[in-house]
Amino acid sequence: MNVTVEIQRRNGEPAKPEWVCPSCRQGARAGEVRDNLMVCPHCGHHLRIGARERIRQLADEGTFRELWTMVTTLDPLEFTDLESYPERVREAKAKTGLPEAIVTGAASIDGTPCVLAVMDFGFMGGSMGSVVGEKLWRSAELAAGDDLPLVAVCSSGGARMQEGILSLMQMAKTSCAVDLINEATSPFVAVLADPCTGGVIASFATLADVCISEPGALLSFSGPRVIAETTRETLPEGFGSAERNLALGHLDAVVARKDLREKVGNYLRLLGGGEEPDRGERPETRAGRPGRLAQATLERARTLAAHARRSFVRGDREDPGEAEGPSAGEPAP
Amino acid sequence: MARRKERPRTRDYIHFLIDGFEELKGDRLRADDPAIVGGLGWFRGRAVLVVGHQKGRTLDEQTVHNFGMARPEGYRKAQRLFRLAERHGLPVLTFVDTPGAYPGVAAEEGGQARAIAESMLSMARLTVPVIATIIGEGGSGGALALAVADQVLMLENATYSVITPEGCAAILWRDSSFAPQAAEALRPTASQLRELGAVERVVPEPRLGAHHNPEAAAERLGEALEETLAELDATPALERRRQRRERFRRLGRWSDPEQPPGAMSLFGGYSTTLE
Repeated sequence: MNVTVEIQRRNGEPAKPEWVCPSCRQGARAGEVRDNLMVCPHCGHHLRIGARERIRQLADEGTFRELWTMVTTLDPLEFTDLESYPERVREAKAKTGLPEAIVTGAASIDGTPCVLAVMDFGFMGGSMGSVVGEKLWRSAELAAGDDLPLVAVCSSGGARMQEGILSLMQMAKTSCAVDLINEATSPFVAVLADPCTGGVIASFATLADVCISEPGALLSFSGPRVIAETTRETLPEGFGSAERNLALGHLDAVVARKDLREKVGNYLRLLGGGEEPDRGERPETRAGRPGRLAQATLERARTLAAHARRSFVRGDREDPGEAEGPSAGEPAP
Repeated sequence: MARRKERPRTRDYIHFLIDGFEELKGDRLRADDPAIVGGLGWFRGRAVLVVGHQKGRTLDEQTVHNFGMARPEGYRKAQRLFRLAERHGLPVLTFVDTPGAYPGVAAEEGGQARAIAESMLSMARLTVPVIATIIGEGGSGGALALAVADQVLMLENATYSVITPEGCAAILWRDSSFAPQAAEALRPTASQLRELGAVERVVPEPRLGAHHNPEAAAERLGEALEETLAELDATPALERRRQRRERFRRLGRWSDPEQPPGAMSLFGGYSTTLE
């Protein structure tokens, strides 16, 4: 997947003349691939994308407000393998430009305000440590507290081994966060992006009200290599692919990237309940209901949600009547 | 020592601690998974639900129980039993002893990931008291699926870890012969886990380990379980559930200058007060 990284790094510079699809081996201009949402224009192979690119594609333009950027990783075990943990984190930050393997904030998706949490596989394999768990928790708390839906894009190799047992505990922590959302009846939609494995797929990712994925994504608890090595079983054709997961009943849909925003938007509107919204006018969120959260949290949640709402009332967003699917209104980054 | 096959297993603790055990089987969907045993019984005169991984000791037993590596049907059986306990107000005692969830094709395709996730969520939702005990090997998500509890106890020589030392070494050192270094770095022992807040109470084992005197080991665990249960009884049901959720919320260490350490300074950057 070096290709992805290279193209992202070259954002803004003149496109490389040649790009070769890792799947079909056909060439294309990098700009062409980028305009096609990082999907091969020939075979439709979905490349892995980073959190920033995902947010650009999924959130309505200009509506994303990032939250909790200051939550930073510590080294509770003073863990050192071939490199020290802080060193690995520093490298990951430099490589991705992200504070951690998850980016969280308030946004609107196809007109519906929501809390958006997006994982980045490029940051230490999207591994879930204390910071990922905490930011996911805060996202859930905000969603539950202000009756906003939560949308999570999950892409991860599993637990952050360098945090030992504390990384395992994030599985329980994020599952408890889902309990919080469910109790508040806030909708929760998960997009399982390539690859989604280990502790993330075995916790909050698959506990969503609606679970969808993209074509060709790898979704499994144990990786194919581990399974082959441990059990010496032969893996069936397409093992762990999104398509096979769909056939086996583990997913609600496999959605092409160009349709993702509209699809998620539809789920959010439907899960929001009530009457079908007028096409010309997107629904407001339901009035905030006090849950069992501390008053301070509620107030904080309202401020943040108001922030997200303001930006879309102000009209930073395109008129929903015109924005028909993300490919149409997607500006080149 | 946690992996020694002479160590007492879940069934041994049931034998010593639970009177009139009635095993309940099956996930009510398709199968019964012998890697997880569960049932009803009397613990010190009180009706409880017991669920635990069962490893077996002889090779035949180990094969039957799949070395304690549960499949989705095992976790679904556990969930079915948790619901039963909730309905009838029975405290839940779990015993954790597994190298991890079974990584087979059929298990994967039968929904292993979701089965584990759902098991954690259903434990988080219980309003009855829940106590988990790590009795031997607490391996990764497969162990945690039975350990989302109000309090987690751990036998002195048990281990509880996100990954096996071998697996960790293979990934981070790119050579599984570095397992001893990985084991050192992961800090999976009971006292280390208590420092990190993942475990509330370490239960001492008889001299030379639980397998030298299983009955005495069970007796000590029984005392600890009884005390913990009495503690949990003192909290109203919904409050207990809220506190369980808070317990897991606090787990982890991070820093956040926007939310300076407050009441929960024990756990690093966590604070109940928001800016």
